[in-house]
Amino acid sequence: MIETMNKPVMIQVEDLNTHYGDRQILKSVNVTVHEGEIMVVMGGSGSGKSTLLRHLLGLEYATSGHIRILGKDITEISEMEMYELRKNMGVSFQGGALFGSMSISENVQLPLKEHTSLDEKTMQIISRMKLEVVNLSGFEDLMPSELSGGMIKRAALARAIVMDPKLLFFDEPSAGLDPVTSIELDELILRLRDAMNMTMIIVTHELESAFKIADRITVLDQGEVLICDTVENIKNSELNRVQDLLNRRARIHEVDADDYLHRLTV
Amino acid sequence: MEYNTRTESGYRVLELSGEVDLHYSPQARKQILSLLKEGYDLLVDLSAVEYIDSSGVASLVEGYQSARDDNLRFGLIGVSDAAMQVLQLARLDKVFPIYNSIEDL
Amino acid sequence: MLRSIENLGRFTIRSIEELGYAISLAFVSLKWLLLGKSKKQPVQLVTIAEEIVTIGVHAIPIVSVLCFAVGVMLAIQGIDTLKTFGAEHKVVLGIALSIPREFSPLIVGILVAGRSGSAITARIGTMVESQEIDALRVIGINPNRYITAPLLIAMMISVPLLTILGDFMGVIGGGVFASIELGMNMDAYLTRTLDILVPYDIFQGLIKSVIFAYIIAVVGVSNGFQVRGGAAGVGKATTRSVVMSISYIVVTDMIFTYFLNR
Repeated sequence: MIETMNKPVMIQVEDLNTHYGDRQILKSVNVTVHEGEIMVVMGGSGSGKSTLLRHLLGLEYATSGHIRILGKDITEISEMEMYELRKNMGVSFQGGALFGSMSISENVQLPLKEHTSLDEKTMQIISRMKLEVVNLSGFEDLMPSELSGGMIKRAALARAIVMDPKLLFFDEPSAGLDPVTSIELDELILRLRDAMNMTMIIVTHELESAFKIADRITVLDQGEVLICDTVENIKNSELNRVQDLLNRRARIHEVDADDYLHRLTV
Repeated sequence: MEYNTRTESGYRVLELSGEVDLHYSPQARKQILSLLKEGYDLLVDLSAVEYIDSSGVASLVEGYQSARDDNLRFGLIGVSDAAMQVLQLARLDKVFPIYNSIEDL
Repeated sequence: MLRSIENLGRFTIRSIEELGYAISLAFVSLKWLLLGKSKKQPVQLVTIAEEIVTIGVHAIPIVSVLCFAVGVMLAIQGIDTLKTFGAEHKVVLGIALSIPREFSPLIVGILVAGRSGSAITARIGTMVESQEIDALRVIGINPNRYITAPLLIAMMISVPLLTILGDFMGVIGGGVFASIELGMNMDAYLTRTLDILVPYDIFQGLIKSVIFAYIIAVVGVSNGFQVRGGAAGVGKATTRSVVMSISYIVVTDMIFTYFLNR
């Protein structure tokens, strides 16, 4: 874990502030991810972890701050540069986001068709190889609607890694999966990192999975980075909110009587 | 990526070197398929390969299948650890005939 | 009171925003069509062709039936009204002019809005909700290039062609009834019609149909991309899309008819 700290920086988020309408979502967020590192982003709902991911993917505009991916500041680069950069970024969305009008193999091959001029046969072999990696061989001609939740997640992962990206972004890998499938997916994530030296950002709220796969964990709370440290240090953290999260304690707020009354009656 | 071919113990040996990635793998594929078309038993030497991605591996897969169709011998030699991991990920280490060196044949 | 003024303001800003967005979609589509190749993202002709099949070809039977029926109705009403003046035979003039100028583009517009406008919104809305649009973007595929441009082009090809079909079927419909009712020979009816019609009559309808096509595509697409709130959101947006397109079509039709007949 520590050795990755000396590796080159792949992602650097610097003083990121974002708003949704008038509401501030992320507050001065700083995160650095090194090559080959698995960074898990955790936090309750509304903590801003999904928003952070969307910004890293260049799907939203920040109010201020910088996001450097492979050395390029995505808040400033041109459309064309971003297009080039995307070849190195694989994304697996929470619900898979497979294209319903395409078969599994067409889904997996789409990035190759879009970005490369490889031979048709080569693309087909690559997509079948990736489906082998995620244990979905033989399902390539099915439509997404014919697959189960776990299969869709794995197919989405196959599509995310089809270009052998340097960076893999994963939104809630284990959400909605049964425990066994979820463990298999965790193991697959680790194998992928080891074999392809991928750098990964994984957003999750599953503690067990996070502890298993993470090199470091960033915990977000109400848009702020509460702590960003190794699994060991997170477990030993003295911070109350971190302990709340680890022990699944409900948030207990101090009640300010006047403020509360105001909230209820305004 | 660079490549050169030599003949050794009855095999044509295609030595690839450098990076066999999306950009260069079509060249590697062309070489492999054309050597097989000429009817040679083929060994692909990967010892000088720094990086091979899925498209490179896919080209090897296509080559192997084509060799089997034509009853030609095909194998990989000098597979580095990094390349081996890429092969293992898709369990292709169980598929290809892999030799340490040409002497092991 | 203050609140309602505030709401009016919000509504105005939103409407202007939407109008701006709708107009910009046309330019964005044109940009991708012309510059897509140089950005390595060409608008795919296959996609356009597929859309033309769903929007246009599949609508052929229903357009034929509806326009035929409208032709018959016009003939019934026309003959009935003109009887008062003993000028039943003038019904040919009424049909020959009103079908291509007015009824065919309007019926086709409304029909396509209901058939394809809603489908466009529902499809895009579902893609937004399931993050398929996000997935396109992270793969590096611009959704406007991939979805909007082909749809807009297919729509602007299909609707005028359907309108020409509608012109033909409407005139035939009127002819069939007139020939039965007035004992008019079909050949004579068609010759009369062709004598009366000038290219401008057809052209006027076609201009309108191109504009209707643009309205249907843009309203459908923009409502689809703005979907929020799950399946219910998709349903709401779909309804909104159809109501909006049909309203815009009817109002635009009125304005155009006024100016084109001055």
